[in-house]
Amino acid sequence: MNPAAPPLLQAQDLGKRYRLPRRTLLSAAPEVQALDDVSFTLHQGRSLGVVGESGSGKSTLARLVMALETPSSGQVRFEGRELVRLPAAALRRARGDLQMVFQDPYGSLDPRRTVEQTVCDPLALLADAPRAAERHVRVDERRARAVEALSAVGLREADLDKYPHEFSGGQRQRIAIARALITRPKLIVADEPVSALDVSVQAQVLNLMADLQATLGLTYLFISHDLAVVEWVCDEVLVLQSGRVVERGPTARVFSEPQHAYTKRLLAAVPGRPV
Amino acid sequence: MVPLLEVANLRVTLPTARGPVEALRGVSFALDRGQTLGLIGESGSGKSLTALSLMGLLPEGARVSGSIGFAGQELTALDDEAMCRLRGRRIGMVFQEPMSALNPLQTVGAQIVEAMHQHRELSRAAAHEEAWRLLERVQMPQARARLEAYPHQLSGGQRQRVVIAIALANSPDLLIADEPTTALDATIQREVLDLIADLVQISGMGLLLISHDLGVMADRVQRLAVMYGGTVVEQGPTPQVFARLAHPYTQGLFAARPRLGGRGAVRDAGARLVTIPGRVPDLFDLQQRLKGCPFADRCDRVIDACHVAPPAAVQVGPAHEARCLRIAA
Repeated sequence: MNPAAPPLLQAQDLGKRYRLPRRTLLSAAPEVQALDDVSFTLHQGRSLGVVGESGSGKSTLARLVMALETPSSGQVRFEGRELVRLPAAALRRARGDLQMVFQDPYGSLDPRRTVEQTVCDPLALLADAPRAAERHVRVDERRARAVEALSAVGLREADLDKYPHEFSGGQRQRIAIARALITRPKLIVADEPVSALDVSVQAQVLNLMADLQATLGLTYLFISHDLAVVEWVCDEVLVLQSGRVVERGPTARVFSEPQHAYTKRLLAAVPGRPV
Repeated sequence: MVPLLEVANLRVTLPTARGPVEALRGVSFALDRGQTLGLIGESGSGKSLTALSLMGLLPEGARVSGSIGFAGQELTALDDEAMCRLRGRRIGMVFQEPMSALNPLQTVGAQIVEAMHQHRELSRAAAHEEAWRLLERVQMPQARARLEAYPHQLSGGQRQRVVIAIALANSPDLLIADEPTTALDATIQREVLDLIADLVQISGMGLLLISHDLGVMADRVQRLAVMYGGTVVEQGPTPQVFARLAHPYTQGLFAARPRLGGRGAVRDAGARLVTIPGRVPDLFDLQQRLKGCPFADRCDRVIDACHVAPPAAVQVGPAHEARCLRIAA
């Protein structure tokens, strides 16, 4: 890796305010500071965990990183570029480098579309890609790319023509990951990717994500309320409370020697650690 | 003495598009007043269906055999009307998702009062007074004012407290809590579980706690029953189950879960979680394979005999049994 190259993902003093409905007719609309002064750097091939309770700003952070929303203050840079300032066409192309995996493998797949249709959807982003190798992804190529993505997550070509209801929860999450992989992204933002899965299947998906990181050099921004899962997956962790970073550092250290009272409270709440 | 709840060889067959499926295949356990029992299992293991059978809320067309004895009555023999008198009166229920368990158009006070009026004659004032007391019992902050609140004005943890208050409205003998904290944040989860534990201890109810999370169970229940494929594959006193992990499925469930500190200070790049191969079987497929141990297809210690007949319970310790042929008793 070129040491002079900008980090894959960098957030600087990132803030986001949302306007709430006005309480009375003439009063000014109140605002909520969903994210306040968040900074971090994520290098290629690494995993950063984001933990905190609901309402702490985890998902707002994901939306800002994915350039789905514009920050109220500060900036997010992906490979040195501020995505939300790119012109629409350039932003669309850049989106192929960032993909997202969501929590609910039932809600995130369209039940009326085949696996092939779902998995190939993001290829539309690349239709006018500047990279010669990826321009004009044609129909036959689409199928080949879909097979490649499916086999990366341990599914078969025959599964392409099936519908989501024919799969278990764990397999559906594999399909969602295949959809994220098909554009050959650099960064995957995973928002609670295993929370909805059965325990025995969680482990399979976590191992898969680790394998993909090792073979494809993926970078993860991993959002979860499950501290044990974050410790397993992530090199470093940010602890968010009410939109602010209250603690950060290497995961093992933050979780074994928490400094902030909030981190200690989160750790204390981890249900019984049976030995 | 007869225990408060005694389930013996409970079998439930559900009608499905592909024909009848036996979803519970001989479930047995007992629970006494003031005792706590945890049912753990993954989706499709039959744990929620067991709870629905106890409450008489099985889907239309379900066939039940075996026995559910509750305080000397045989529940499988009761008609709908008799079951209605029991449900909410002597058996209280707390479900996973408090938002869908509550009526968004009624104040929480009205919903607690409704639960009382269902079974008891009470004056408006007395019911209101009791609803207030109940909200205080479930440690709702500003309980009096919250009686007038609508569910959307409360946080997730507060809503679940309301649901618990409703379950307790008629001082039931048995409380069934089906994944009561799965939808809540970890810190809130702990508060709600502590609350349920306190209430059970004070009132002397029996508690049936259902969860997919081993961690939730560890320090909350006295006895633990592990379900898989519609049967209880292992049950015993919680500390012994955790210490012995007699059944291969219990072992797999335990090993598959990442634990805090389990990775150590030095990250090992090649470290992997132990997984149970395959997936939780579809009930229909399970039935097609007919006889044998439901876990045989995913088990790494499987032998031919495992496919022949359902394994009998093997005693592995005091009041601790597991259904596996490979256990040397």
